[in-house]
Amino acid sequence: MPQRVPVVENILSANDRLALENRARLDAAGVFAINIMASPGAGKTSLIEHTVRGLEGKLRLGMINGDIATSLDADRGRAAGATAVQINTGGDCHLDAVMVQSALAQLDLSGLDLLIVENVGNLVCPASFQLGTHKNVLVASIPEGDDKPYKYPGMYRGVEAVVINKIDLLPYVPFRMDYFKQGIEVLNPGVVQFELSCRTGEGLPAWLTWLEAQVREYREARRERK
Amino acid sequence: MHELAVTQSVLDIALRHAAERNARRITDLYLVIGQWSSIVDDSVQFYWDIISEGTIAQGATLHFRRVPVELTCLDCGQVYQPTSEELVCPQCAGSRVRVRQGDELQLEAIDIE
Repeated sequence: MPQRVPVVENILSANDRLALENRARLDAAGVFAINIMASPGAGKTSLIEHTVRGLEGKLRLGMINGDIATSLDADRGRAAGATAVQINTGGDCHLDAVMVQSALAQLDLSGLDLLIVENVGNLVCPASFQLGTHKNVLVASIPEGDDKPYKYPGMYRGVEAVVINKIDLLPYVPFRMDYFKQGIEVLNPGVVQFELSCRTGEGLPAWLTWLEAQVREYREARRERK
Repeated sequence: MHELAVTQSVLDIALRHAAERNARRITDLYLVIGQWSSIVDDSVQFYWDIISEGTIAQGATLHFRRVPVELTCLDCGQVYQPTSEELVCPQCAGSRVRVRQGDELQLEAIDIE
């Protein structure tokens, strides 16, 4: 006779445990890390390029780029002045904590203040895999349409900041900002939002100021703990 | 799309629990899958047939319990299922909600011999 064994385990708990190890490693080195997620073409790499340039001389930046096959994104990050490690996921649709763990081993964390992890372009899978970063950031963009919070609730719920990119295209595409924001409000009340354009530079300073403040607060909290 | 990773984790968890009880075989697995976890049963089943081969879970039946999303409106108390076009409360149009269910991604139990 078969015997019923209660299990009741979260299926991705192994990944969650590894993510905590990654977090501990980052904290030991005092590196603040963000995980940037978005659909393909929303502007993750452009935002990172602007971020690297905007924080040059203020913070020492490192990058981990997840991509299915190429190193183009890491190349762009390096060109903008960051230390970059490329992870080719070999077809996987998301980064997981194991991949980030091996990438962390290739970085000299003692020489970094801020680590930016660029996830694989995808609004579904990355939301389920914690990496150990301190904040998750979603880059949305105007041409994707205003229905995205409704179609990808998991992604919109799991982030601490939403960057709305390509606002320079608002006059040219039908996009109901209030409908879009109402969806975000239900899924993730009070989440910090930035409306900007990587092409024109509009709105970028607010994003950079916020990010710098996050790193500063992180360091202060860390000093107090010591 | 991330069903392979999910299925691998299901197998790992099930094999660990079976080993703790010196099981010879795993015959059934009971999964709880919330609507917002974005997991497709057919894909899990597809990967399962491949990766369970050669383990004591080979041939085991996967049982899926799907859990629809239910929200509670914090303004009027209404419990409702959101649609793919509307998330706010259908009764009072409130946007302050609590997720009652629909997030689950769990292995609830296994049957062993």
